[in-house]
Amino acid sequence: MENKVMLQLTGIVKKFNAGTVNEKVALNGLDLTLHEGDFVTVIGGNGAGKSTMLNAISGAWRVDGGTVVLDGQDITSLPEYKRSIFLGRVFQDPMMGTAADMQIEENLALASRRGKRKTLASGIRKAERAGYREMLSELGLGLEDRLSVKVGTLSGGQRQALTLLMAAMREPKLLLLDEHTAALDPKTAAKVLEITDRIINERKLTALMITHNMKDAIAHGNRLIMMHEGRIIIDVCGEEKQKLTVEDLLGMFSKAAGGEFSNDRAILS
Amino acid sequence: MGNFLGSMPGAVAQGLIWGIMAVGVYITFRILDIADLTVDGSVCTGAAVCAVLVINGVNVWVAMLAALAAGIVAGCVTWFFHVVLGIPAILAGILTQLMLWSANLKIMGGANVAVSARQFEGIVFTQMDVGGSLIWLAVTAAVIIGALYLFFGTEIGCAIRATGCNGVMSRAQGINTNVMKLLGLALSNGIVALAGAVLCQYQGFSDINMGKGAIVTGLASVIIGEAVVRKIGKNFALKLAGVFAGSVIYWIVYQTVVFLKLDTDLLKMLSALLVALFLGVPYLKKQLGMKSSRGGAANGK
Ligand SMILES: Nc1ncnc2c1ncn2[C@@H]1O[C@H](COP(=O)(O)OP(=O)(O)OP(=O)(O)O)[C@@H](O)[C@H]1O
Ligand SMILES: [Mg+2]
Repeated sequence: MENKVMLQLTGIVKKFNAGTVNEKVALNGLDLTLHEGDFVTVIGGNGAGKSTMLNAISGAWRVDGGTVVLDGQDITSLPEYKRSIFLGRVFQDPMMGTAADMQIEENLALASRRGKRKTLASGIRKAERAGYREMLSELGLGLEDRLSVKVGTLSGGQRQALTLLMAAMREPKLLLLDEHTAALDPKTAAKVLEITDRIINERKLTALMITHNMKDAIAHGNRLIMMHEGRIIIDVCGEEKQKLTVEDLLGMFSKAAGGEFSNDRAILS
Repeated sequence: MGNFLGSMPGAVAQGLIWGIMAVGVYITFRILDIADLTVDGSVCTGAAVCAVLVINGVNVWVAMLAALAAGIVAGCVTWFFHVVLGIPAILAGILTQLMLWSANLKIMGGANVAVSARQFEGIVFTQMDVGGSLIWLAVTAAVIIGALYLFFGTEIGCAIRATGCNGVMSRAQGINTNVMKLLGLALSNGIVALAGAVLCQYQGFSDINMGKGAIVTGLASVIIGEAVVRKIGKNFALKLAGVFAGSVIYWIVYQTVVFLKLDTDLLKMLSALLVALFLGVPYLKKQLGMKSSRGGAANGK
């Protein structure tokens, strides 16, 4: 039985600097359907439109064409902060996902109230702390004893792990990860990826994960898509994906992209 | 010397009054991360509203509430320019400030209005009773610190802090950052106007020029205050108390300059340089740090 459709992108168009010499069609009639529980890795060269696709979903700006339907609801014209209720996001820049001047527990408290009406009730209740401590101890990064430390003092890997926790906290319908391990050293990146896998599997989240590392793209998730010039040019899933090798991918890419591959070294990792 | 010591209670009173204003500046500058120049106008707006209402027989406390409300409106105007029209925050503040110049003249019906405590009953803060004013000012400061401490610990308060700290993250966490900026700017300018209302009572008049350079005085107080309390602790209430302390220190220095018969005209120059210095040093440190770490990386290779 096919799982229900969680995300449906139809004919998404996004142009930057429209009407100028710098006009750039970043998304060119993009279609994508995700089913509940899909964990999709996204690869593609620099400027292929991967981040733009995630921004179209999260609502950083209005798209120029097409519709975004999340779990049956058309969110195409919903402002960013309202969509966030359904979305969990982790960014490439570890500074981006947390509030540096606020404590770890305050960041978690904000995340636990995502989508709830903000009132004059206390920003964090005493009873919440035990839960946060437990969540943090599951990360295995020693953060559970540092609840009242400012997030700005954490390392990049710790901040990304915390951001993941915050993103997953309110059971998002969709988790959006934009090269969230790219700024980390290899060891930390592996650790954060492991946490990512665990969180997605435990909570059965639907996720889109952009990566520049083809091995990671093959090793994680149940489906892999490759983008090129604002469209999806390769889409493999299930067993076919598991059997993929990096060489296969490179071959498929140069075929699909029409021999342009030699210019697109960025896709190599 | 007696003369100098005798002037100290007055300096402390001025410091506490301007400290209220500096707390307003702290909210925009340190919490919302916006340098809001509206305050140069909203100090006088608060004073003008309060003075005009009092001479028309309105209760002083009601007049102060009205001043607070007028400041809130001023903050909303700056928010409109900045958030709705997309004008950079500094310019949005300057535009409102200029509008307030005209508004303040219209409210006062001239360049100044006298509200002598001799003439009007019920005036709470006055130079003629420095001791009594100091008590009221201490109470006012304590109430403001307590109220803001509680407010910034609420869900809304936390959302405002998050907005100032990281807008992208805040929106990703479902916070309407536009609304939070509105609340912050309104609250800040309300408090600044309240300071103006207290000041006009204390000095016995409201004057079109009374807010000139308020932003710099406020920033100086914030910076001095941070330096004072940094060693003691990180509690938010303590930081707010530090802003009052910073302002009091500023006015004690001012009194000293007056007493030594130094040129008080230079004081604004000195405050501006002090603010430039304190804001510039962290930046320069970072620049130098970056250079040396780049050098280190190159050496490593
Ligand atoms: N805000 C913007 N203004 C102008 N052009 C933009 C903007 N954002 C993206 N673009 C352009 O759109 C195209 C797609 O960019 P996007 O960031 O989606 O690529 P990407 O696939 O994420 O690449 P990378 O692997 O480098 O992150 C690029 O040509 C980029 O220059
Ligand atoms: Mg990108």
